[in-house]
Amino acid sequence: MTSAALPVPSGGGAWTLFRKEVLRFWKVSFQTIGAPVLTAFLYLLIFSHVLEAHVAVFGGKVRYTEFLVPGLVMMSVLQNSFANTSSSLIQSKVTGNLVFVLLAPLTPAGLFSAYVAGAMVRGLAVGLGVFVVTLGFAPGLLVPAHPWWVVAFALLGAAILGTLGLIAGIWADKFDQLAAFQNFIVVPLTFLSGVFYSIHSLPPAWQTASRFNPFFYMIDGFRYGFFGLSDAPPLASLAIVAGFAFSLAGLALTLIARGWKLRP
Amino acid sequence: MTAAVDIAGLSRRYGSVQALDGIDLSVARGEFFGLLGPNGAGKTTLISILAGLVHPDAGRASVMGHDVVGDYRAARRSLGVVPQELVFDPFFSVRETLRIQSGYFGLARNDDWIDEVLHHLDLTSKADANMRSLSGGMKRRVLVGQALVHRPPVIVLDEPTAGVDVELRQSLWSFIRRLNAEGTTVILTTHYLEEAEALCGRIAMLKEGRVVALDTKQALLSRYAGLTVRLVARDLPADWRSKLLRRTGDVWHLAIERPAELEALLASLRLADIRVEELSLDEADLEQVFLRIMQSGPPTKMAAGAREEPR
Ligand SMILES: Nc1ncnc2c1ncn2[C@@H]1O[C@H](COP(=O)(O)OP(=O)(O)O)[C@@H](O)[C@H]1O
Ligand SMILES: [Mg+2]
Repeated sequence: MTSAALPVPSGGGAWTLFRKEVLRFWKVSFQTIGAPVLTAFLYLLIFSHVLEAHVAVFGGKVRYTEFLVPGLVMMSVLQNSFANTSSSLIQSKVTGNLVFVLLAPLTPAGLFSAYVAGAMVRGLAVGLGVFVVTLGFAPGLLVPAHPWWVVAFALLGAAILGTLGLIAGIWADKFDQLAAFQNFIVVPLTFLSGVFYSIHSLPPAWQTASRFNPFFYMIDGFRYGFFGLSDAPPLASLAIVAGFAFSLAGLALTLIARGWKLRP
Repeated sequence: MTAAVDIAGLSRRYGSVQALDGIDLSVARGEFFGLLGPNGAGKTTLISILAGLVHPDAGRASVMGHDVVGDYRAARRSLGVVPQELVFDPFFSVRETLRIQSGYFGLARNDDWIDEVLHHLDLTSKADANMRSLSGGMKRRVLVGQALVHRPPVIVLDEPTAGVDVELRQSLWSFIRRLNAEGTTVILTTHYLEEAEALCGRIAMLKEGRVVALDTKQALLSRYAGLTVRLVARDLPADWRSKLLRRTGDVWHLAIERPAELEALLASLRLADIRVEELSLDEADLEQVFLRIMQSGPPTKMAAGAREEPR
């Protein structure tokens, strides 16, 4: 890649940080976009092949494969948004080059929004990729029932996980701490959120547990956008997800403004 | 006119280590200022507080009149820092690195200055090389470039020539000198005392988080260094042993305050019947000043007005 690829446009420092964050994953897009798209595609092949005939969702109104595609898209959005901020932060901390960002006159809001926006671009790019390669299995999804709900939940989900990744990346001092955060918090919450099933197919105890998982509302609301059908009332999901997003953003902004871990 | 850097009562503790213990320091605009001290003296901590990388426990600091905490944006715009550690972002080329750093400061179209910086740091031919492929000395130059990319009125270099070849040191210093001549305030920490001696006008010496000496280079040299006598003889009278700086075989280095003491030395040598093979007087240098100050017992906070002592 030549330097001509980076004509820094006018604007504050946050704009450049955002562009840097995007360039960082774009330069290795084979790993950062291609690989997760392939993973989601394999999930779809296997699960839809095995389960299509056996699992009924939404009282049989929706085919299982159709049901699965939005779940996989959202799961990819969430995991990759998290991966972008968390890996960028931990890499910069371990190699020490975070100092270049810390020396700059960025405000806490500028720093926060640049990192999270960069993560959202990655998450949404992967989500779009997954959507495109799986569309052949569920062409009906091309015309969602409520497209704006799709957009709203995709944006909020990406923002939430980007913020969570930012907090985790600031908190972690080593790669294995970050891996623990991912493996013991992010992955279970994603897998237990109804990506692969409708929670109505779960035993009552698990159904109740799922209602305390914010990830469940992200995926359920996102799916509502496609089918007009959902496990929870969509407006309640939107309120819960938006509330979660803003609380988490408030927490992240406070931590950054206090210099937590970054400016000891 | 406000000072380029103003520091008052600055303290910082790490666990049981008092890294900074009430530092007071003021650097005027246009100075070439040296910050010297052994490893662990607190130089990097001081610089980190100026740059907003570390919070002080007490005291305050400002750059060009802007408080580094309360008015951090203006303070950081006024400051260029070359960090001590050789850090870089392996994702980018040299030019991208400089453009990104420039962008962080809100400077979009800055290529003319970036080209000039690349030229003066002898990096033009490496502009499109990836950071990973550069040697340590080259990476250090890019760090200097990153500190200069927003044309700050104050630059701080934290041991910038550690591990850098002699040739680069020369070209780096001629560039920094030029910037200083054009009005940039320069603060330098270095292990190479001859470098500080050649470049700095005023010098602060730090020891265990305190300023133990602060004066112009000339004043430090004349006040602390005195004279060094190099004597070649098979023995030294016992009453002169207290003046001994170091000894290698028959070569004795003695510290004296005034040339007049030389006569007393010669007299006592004659009295003890010791033949003098060779005798010469060495010019004082900063290294000797440094050693004397650092060896002179536990640090005491410099009394106010100490720098007004008669020279
Ligand atoms: N992050 C840190 N954690 C614990 N101790 C530190 C930290 N940074 C510096 N110190 C301690 O503070 C003292 C001053 O360090 P430093 O400012 O790096 O000195 P210098 O740059 O003069 O070598 C040293 O004793 C060092 O070990
Ligand atoms: Mg240091």
